[in-house]
Order: sequence, then C-alpha cells, then structure tokens
Amino acid sequence: MKGKTAIIGDGDSVLAFRAVGMDAYGADHPEKARNLLKKLAKTYHIILITDVLAKEIDDTLAQYASAAYPVIIPVPSGSGGNGYGDAVLRRACEKALGVDILSRGDKKDH
Amino acid sequence: MTRLNVNPTRMELKKLKARLKTAQRGHKLLKDKTDEMVRRFSAIVRETKRLRDETERDVENVLRRFSLARGLMKRADIELAFSIPSVSVDLDCSTKSIMNVEVPKFTLSERGSAAELPYSYVDVTSEADYAVILAGQALAKLIRLAELEKTTMMLAEEIDKSKRRVNALEYVMIPNIEETIRYISMKLDENERSGLTRLMKVKDMIAERNG
Repeated sequence: MKGKTAIIGDGDSVLAFRAVGMDAYGADHPEKARNLLKKLAKTYHIILITDVLAKEIDDTLAQYASAAYPVIIPVPSGSGGNGYGDAVLRRACEKALGVDILSRGDKKDH
Repeated sequence: MTRLNVNPTRMELKKLKARLKTAQRGHKLLKDKTDEMVRRFSAIVRETKRLRDETERDVENVLRRFSLARGLMKRADIELAFSIPSVSVDLDCSTKSIMNVEVPKFTLSERGSAAELPYSYVDVTSEADYAVILAGQALAKLIRLAELEKTTMMLAEEIDKSKRRVNALEYVMIPNIEETIRYISMKLDENERSGLTRLMKVKDMIAERNG
C-alpha cells in the first residue's frame, strides 16, 4: 500500500515540507483545521498537524486514535512547541499504566 | 456479591462449575496478556518520548528557518517556487501485530541525495535551501515517530480495555459464580437432609403402625 503524507500548519512555513514531498495545507483557524483534517483523513496515511491547531481540536483527533490509519501526530510550530505532543504521550501513559512514568523519569534526570 | 438468577438444580450447578473454570482460565490468560502488553508499552513509550523530543527540535528548527527565509522573499515568489511538488514521499504502509493489536508500519524508500532541491536556485534564498534540506532529514524521523506514537496510543487503549476485562472477571463475574455455586450446593444439601429426615419420620410412623 502506498502511503500519502500531509502537513497542516498554522502558517506558511509548512511549505518547507512540500519541497520534500509532503502535501502542505494551511489553516489559520482551528475550525478550518478540523474540517480540513476530516477531509484529509480519508485519503492520507500520515497527517502532521502543528500543535497550536492540534490542541484546539483535541476531540476530533481522539476520534482517530483507535484505528491504525490515519496516523495523526502533532508537531511543534516555528515559534516552539506548546507541549501538546508530550501531553498526549503522558495521557496515553496514564491510561495504560495508571502512572505517568515519563515525567517521573524526567525528574530523575534533572 | 449478588447471586445469579438460576434454579438450584444439579444441572445448573454442573453448568456453573464449567463456567467458573472458563472464567478463571480466561482471567489468567487476560492477566498474562495485560502484563506482557504493559511491559512492551513501557519500553515503547520511552522510545517514543525520546524520539519525539528529538523530532520536535528538528521540526521546530525547520519551520523557524523557513519562516525566516520566507521573510526575505516575496510571498508570490515563494508560493510559486513551492507550488509544484516534483518530489513525493515514497512511503509503504502496512500493519503489523503487537499482541494482537494491529498497528501501522511504515517503510520509507531510500530517496536520492537530500541535496536535490525541487526548485530553481534562482528563485529561492539559501536560507530556504537549508530549511528544505533539514526537512528532508527530519522526514525519516517523523515517519518513525508517527509509527511509534500510533503504536503507543493503540497499545494504551488496548491495555485499558483488557484491564477492564480482567477486573470485571476478577471482581464481578468470578465472585458471582462462586457465590451462586455455594448457594446451589447448600440448597441441594438442605434438600437432601430434608428428604432424609422425611424418610426417617415415615419409617418411624410405619414402625409405629405395624407395632
């Protein structure tokens, strides 16, 4: 099966990924991103979405969590990540193990 | 614990005992499955976290550099330069099974050297070139991250589900069946005793009449 990849971003900077072969889409508003995501989820296998948008449409992302495809992952935007990606991981960890082993590991490191 | 709504007969007792055996076996198997999934999950989640931190730095770098580059060019120019994607990500998707959970698996075909930029050098500043080259390097990591992160999510959900099942068996189903079995066997014993006393009584009465 051939996979297709897309990136949804809140600015034009996602164009950089178009040059490496991804399809880049811009969405300046979370609602717009939500609709775009629903449309793209049918055809794309990997969808990257900048975390500023991802945070706002968390509920829609959750709908796609249980199936193998599409894979939707948050990436930070140019101005830095807002921790959404980490939060998602931490949530999964808590769900599965009951404790958050990731941040505990962090504390040990520092 | 609540008793199941069944008739206290030998037949039901036999059925319930079989059910109890199945439930106990199922409970043991599910518990083993959950334990193994948890073991794998904790390994995968650490790896995901590490990769995410790394990738986040890379992606942030790409986007920041690119937005700087964009500032140096006219908007129309940059749209034009990037509007025709001449390369595409050559990605192969399949699924693999981890403890019976179907997770995605991606294989990225090797691309030519990352230095081949899909636009004319005349239009685009070198800042943007850097960003694009970095994006190409981040791509493989991103795809690996996509695979791992989805695996984490799906395993988490599966662990949650099977934990629920284990608990339902351990704290509801098995005690209920045990309680019902106890009830039925007591009822049967009681019936037996009452039958016995009745017989003894009848025997006494007959002996009295004859004697």
